[in-house]
Amino acid sequence: MKKTKIIDGAGFKRTVDRLAHEVVEKNKGAENLVLVGIRTRGEYLARRIAKKIEEREGKEIPVGILDITLYRDDLRARLDQPQLKSTEILFDITGKIVVLVDDVLFTGRTIRAALNALMDLGRPSLIQLLVLIDRGHRELPVKADFAGKNVPTSLKQEITVNMMEIDREDAVFLIDREEAQL
Amino acid sequence: MSAVKLRNRHLLGLEGMSKEEVNLILDTAVSFKEVLERPIKKVPPLQGKTIVNLFFEPSTRTRISFELAERRLSADVVSFATAGSSVSKGETLKDTARNIEAMKIDMVVIRHSAAGAAHFLSRVVAANVINAGDGAHEHPTQALLDMFTLREKHGSLEGLKVCIVGDILHSRVARSNIFGLKTMGADVSLCGPATLIPRGIEKLGVKVYHDLEEVVPHVDALNVLRIQLERQKGGFFPSLREYHRFFGVTKDKVARASKPITIMHPGPINRDVELSADLADSEHSVILQQVTNGVAIRMAVLYLLGTMNQENARV
Repeated sequence: MKKTKIIDGAGFKRTVDRLAHEVVEKNKGAENLVLVGIRTRGEYLARRIAKKIEEREGKEIPVGILDITLYRDDLRARLDQPQLKSTEILFDITGKIVVLVDDVLFTGRTIRAALNALMDLGRPSLIQLLVLIDRGHRELPVKADFAGKNVPTSLKQEITVNMMEIDREDAVFLIDREEAQL
Repeated sequence: MSAVKLRNRHLLGLEGMSKEEVNLILDTAVSFKEVLERPIKKVPPLQGKTIVNLFFEPSTRTRISFELAERRLSADVVSFATAGSSVSKGETLKDTARNIEAMKIDMVVIRHSAAGAAHFLSRVVAANVINAGDGAHEHPTQALLDMFTLREKHGSLEGLKVCIVGDILHSRVARSNIFGLKTMGADVSLCGPATLIPRGIEKLGVKVYHDLEEVVPHVDALNVLRIQLERQKGGFFPSLREYHRFFGVTKDKVARASKPITIMHPGPINRDVELSADLADSEHSVILQQVTNGVAIRMAVLYLLGTMNQENARV
């Protein structure tokens, strides 16, 4: 197995800073803006970006956590039952600009589930998608509004995002499974 | 990530269920409780599944609670209620099972006056079977919602002192609670007239008392069972007044405890028989929370069984 670090700690910080800046730029400020992170790493990413925007704009940005388990399209097909956790969005998203945050954008199926879950919670005026890594291979018509890095991958490769909050370091790895089979 | 899952594709009782499984159900119910507080209280995981509720015994709250839970998981629901029939019960159940098979139903919730009815059904149909009360045997979802409510109120079940008061002999709620609470490490005691406590029940690891005043000083919670009024005719106790005097849980009797005692009741309450009205409505009563939690617990059980990979599950 070949494991290549494609973003290191310093690069991670710069990417988060840039993404926060882009969100503010595109929305011309932080008015009416809320962030919703998809469990697990999307949550931490959303918190970091919110913190950056808060520093820049001097106003508090509400952050919610979305658990999409109940909306997955592979719920009954999987051998292992995914652990259900709670959605924690302690504010009304109706009329808000919701920036949906996830670590890796791949098939787009997670985002489809997240959009359905969000719609059941209210009616945002606008939903934008922010991801740290876009690795391609979409199976649904989904596109990120903000992407930290586009990483063209093959289906045999994997992307692993590590975050200080749970993994003791900030880094993104590209893992080549092909090598392991040699 | 924990890989805990339910071992059985039916929920027939809490006897033999592991601590990890009980925790999985309780933790899953926490998420569903959040769903129940949303403006849209409906989520899609059981879309396309058909669930039939077979209630061979009268029940209002359990049936409504199951129906709500099923609908909120987006299942298609058929309910069938009958208050006993002249046809012999074994015969009816067997026929019913055949019909269920023929109608391609995915899950069955059954309430029946005969102990073992749910077990019987689980052996003859391919659907997941959930026991909603079988005779004086088990009522697992009630015990799970009781444990969920206790955990919510007290933080943990480990070492929690819970006394079940009343007619233990005829109570499936008591049996399921004993199995579940013991598994979770709670300290369980029973209190009631000698005629209503089955002989040898101490073998399940519970202490038995016949005097409420003896129990009250050292419990955290009292789970007060409904006294079925027809038991008086069976000669189990002389009169309701006398039952109330000795075993009715009242403000006076719990006032002797050094700390507030949590009051639970599976409902429906006979006010001022097994439980005084003022206590049922007091701040330490969690009776209505039990009802709310019942829907979340049933959603958790239905979700865990309904999304289980059937080939992978042990029958």
